[in-house]
Amino acid sequence: MSTPIRSPDKLPPVREARHAGHRHRPLRRNVRPKLILPVLDPSPTAVYRGKFTAEQATRLLWRAGFGPRPGDAERLAKLGMEAAVASLTRPQGTARLVGAAPHDDHGQPLDPINTWGDDHCWWLDRMVRSNQQLIERMTLIWHSWFATSEEASNAQLMIKQNWMMRRHALGNFHQLLLGVTVDPAMLLWLNGNTNDKDSPNENYGREMLELFTLGADRGYDQRDVHQNARALTGWTNDWNDQGPSNFRFDPSLHDYGVKRIFGHHGRFGWRDSCRLAVTHPDHPSFLVDKLWGYFVGAKIPRATAHALERAYTRSGYEIRPLVEAILRHPLFYDGPRLVIPPVVWTAGLLRGSRQTITTTSWAWIAQLTGQVLFQPPNVSGWNYAQWLDTSRWAGRLEAVNVALQNHVLDGKTYPYGITETAVEAYKHAIDFWGGHALSSTARHNLIALGRQIARGQTHDWEQISFRQLRQNALRVLIPMTPDWMTA
Amino acid sequence: MSAGPGPRVPSGPTRGVPRAPEGHCDGFSRAQAIRRVLAGKPPVAREWDPRMPLPAGVGIDRRRFLAGAAGGLLTVYGAGRLGLTDRMLGDGIARAAALQPAGSPILVSLFMQGGVDGLSLLAPAGDPLYVKLRPTLAVAAGSGAPLREDPSLTWHPSASSFAQLHDAGKVAVFPGIGYADPDMSHFTSRHYWEVGATDTSLLTGWMGRYLDVAGDTTNPFQGLSMDGQINPTLATAKNPTAAIDQPNSFAVWLSGVWGDALGWALDSASSLGDTQRHSRDPAIAQVAGAASEVGIVRRTLAPFAPTNGNLRRDAATSTNPGAAYGSSVTYPTAATGDLPDRLAGLAAMIAAGIPLRCVALTTDTQFDTHSGQETTFDSGVKLVADSLASFQADLEARGVDGRVLVHVWSEFGRRAQENGSDGTDHGAAGTSLLIGSRVNGGMIGEFAPLNQLDANGNQQENVDFRGVYCSLLEQWFGQDAGAVIPGAAGFPRYQLLT
Repeated sequence: MSTPIRSPDKLPPVREARHAGHRHRPLRRNVRPKLILPVLDPSPTAVYRGKFTAEQATRLLWRAGFGPRPGDAERLAKLGMEAAVASLTRPQGTARLVGAAPHDDHGQPLDPINTWGDDHCWWLDRMVRSNQQLIERMTLIWHSWFATSEEASNAQLMIKQNWMMRRHALGNFHQLLLGVTVDPAMLLWLNGNTNDKDSPNENYGREMLELFTLGADRGYDQRDVHQNARALTGWTNDWNDQGPSNFRFDPSLHDYGVKRIFGHHGRFGWRDSCRLAVTHPDHPSFLVDKLWGYFVGAKIPRATAHALERAYTRSGYEIRPLVEAILRHPLFYDGPRLVIPPVVWTAGLLRGSRQTITTTSWAWIAQLTGQVLFQPPNVSGWNYAQWLDTSRWAGRLEAVNVALQNHVLDGKTYPYGITETAVEAYKHAIDFWGGHALSSTARHNLIALGRQIARGQTHDWEQISFRQLRQNALRVLIPMTPDWMTA
Repeated sequence: MSAGPGPRVPSGPTRGVPRAPEGHCDGFSRAQAIRRVLAGKPPVAREWDPRMPLPAGVGIDRRRFLAGAAGGLLTVYGAGRLGLTDRMLGDGIARAAALQPAGSPILVSLFMQGGVDGLSLLAPAGDPLYVKLRPTLAVAAGSGAPLREDPSLTWHPSASSFAQLHDAGKVAVFPGIGYADPDMSHFTSRHYWEVGATDTSLLTGWMGRYLDVAGDTTNPFQGLSMDGQINPTLATAKNPTAAIDQPNSFAVWLSGVWGDALGWALDSASSLGDTQRHSRDPAIAQVAGAASEVGIVRRTLAPFAPTNGNLRRDAATSTNPGAAYGSSVTYPTAATGDLPDRLAGLAAMIAAGIPLRCVALTTDTQFDTHSGQETTFDSGVKLVADSLASFQADLEARGVDGRVLVHVWSEFGRRAQENGSDGTDHGAAGTSLLIGSRVNGGMIGEFAPLNQLDANGNQQENVDFRGVYCSLLEQWFGQDAGAVIPGAAGFPRYQLLT
């Protein structure tokens, strides 16, 4: 695939940035600062060379964020693919939350620690409003990867864990694993707090290998699980009226004996346990394959996997370079679509229709759609391969109903005029959600419905109410189309 | 389906999880209250939190919500304005029932998730070795009914309903079921049971494969998941299946859309699903498949929705979950979860002639008792046993008990030696039950003795679960097991029916 040679006056912004970052070339004065984006390192694997229009930018925004706001995809497309990726993977400074602060149905601020469901809404709000979209998306990936549920702890500890994962979102996996291993919510969830030298509890020691670092039955056996559990002994906490507190390592509970893990002998502790897991020869392949699966629908090619595994090991287990390679890979843009996870799709509804959190209904809606934040179904996280069935399709329909609760047309007027055709009605409904184009199959289906509803009118005085009905129906059904629910 | 993260894609979403020591948290109970609201049932005052918003809809207050969301479809259809009642019947029950002859067999799979402790369910109470291995958790001799076929085993007192059903000849127990070379991972072992093979890469459930071989291309009710999402045992490669919580909770509505337009809009969404469900893009096919099946479920279940805007179940006048479905039997009330409600709904669906063939449910209780075992085990087992006894009585009262078998299973038993947290870690061989009027009541296989534990200190299996699956397929469905279970010829068969 060849890249057309561009004339100098049409250089995409990424070139500007590259020049700007070069030591021996002075900064061009006419370059606006916001165009100076960090330059990505060369990818260790294949890079997409096809067109990068709003269509590709839309996929990037759904998979590396929470969907486009109106105009976002067009803006991103103008940057070119490399700079578009860099704008997501290299956010500057602390995240800003753009738009109105969230509140509950009575206009009160959220109380994520004390009010049921507000924790879900609190994070959903960050997904909707953060200007560091990929940081939130990676935090969601780590939440599913190290799936911990507040059923074993509480919202306070879960939110604390959430900030820890956000800090490591695009950082170093080894550091992240260390953080997770002694994180209070995780200690409670997988019994790390009752794992002591007299009665080792294998729960965390097993899942750490099976689900977090190596994969089921890859390079370890039951003996390693047991020995790993011994290495992890010593963490405990107190209980008071408010619940669990004072999480700490108590040397008197730790097994200081010699352990044998993956053939290594030593008086291993929890830090050794993490180190042995990430330096295990089967770890890079597990991590690369799993991380790839969150972003790309096609199976990872063997050569790509090997290149990414090498890059990962060489970098000392850095996450950002892998994500930057995946987001630039040809299969990311050319491969099959992915079903957008429920909470991502929900955040995208609000972003597309320029809304923020004005109701805490989102908490119970999340139950129906199959993804409640801080309550993954189990320790292996959500099943990204199967998001939809009849129940959860109906749940997503409820979500659209909630997103539309302040946008249902009724009363005595119709904003688009009674001469509106079915095609125009379709376009107005598409624009309501941010202008996402649908396939011709979906478009024809919806326009046909618009015509059917218009024909249902039997009296002149019904003109306005049937225009309203038509627009309401189209608004509900657009985000329910297979096109809108996938990217 | 699209590739998911991780080297091993499970064939379905729910998995057993370790539990908090003290049972369900407040949030979980409230979540159930929400589901009850959505199911159109008045919330129980104790569970209702005034801070919890009602499901939205413009200007719809709670009263109207209950009528609107739960009875919305029925209001439209029930009023007969669209003339769709005939269509529902024509398209729904009548059509689907015609696909399956009356009296055809139904298999219900009930998964006790998390690894239920077989050594507590059927305890060798008098065995000194047992008392030694279980210093705090041992079931005391004489505390429950002895097992008729092997009086050295005692039913756990919480399982007295199982004991009574067993004495009536309606339960076959498998006290040593499992497979060779057991895997102690929840995910792997459960997956094996779900797919009916010790194969981590198989992505269809064992009942799903049966439905692919012997089922129907248009009837999603042949494989019904009652967990609110697809149950992995029912994952098919080609034929449709459906997932619901309870029959009267499946109602869909559109904000600001009413009258004829509501039906047209829902039909439009289903027909787009019909058009795109065979898309070559697996993600498009997944969404479209769900939309298409929603159309069928919606039409078929409409008769179960409340009529005239009134709810069939009124918490003020009845606490019996069976009352919602016109049952003459009293079901237990679940403190958390809704297993009795789901089973009551299932009995009504069977009696109504909805063409079911394989049904799968998962317990709300998670039996992964690493700590504080007795709290979870006692109440969890009691709810399962009492609910199944009510279900059996309900089927008998409705005269359809001869059509139904219930298979109760868990991914593994638990370690013989208890741990230091008043709990037990993952084990190997465990206990299964088969319940029904036509079951060969008794014991199949034998208790796995405690002086013959494996190298990890776990009980060893003497009945292979795949042999039970093969026997079920052949004896219950008249289906050649070789087309469904890999390596079927190599497994022993057991006489499961009288």
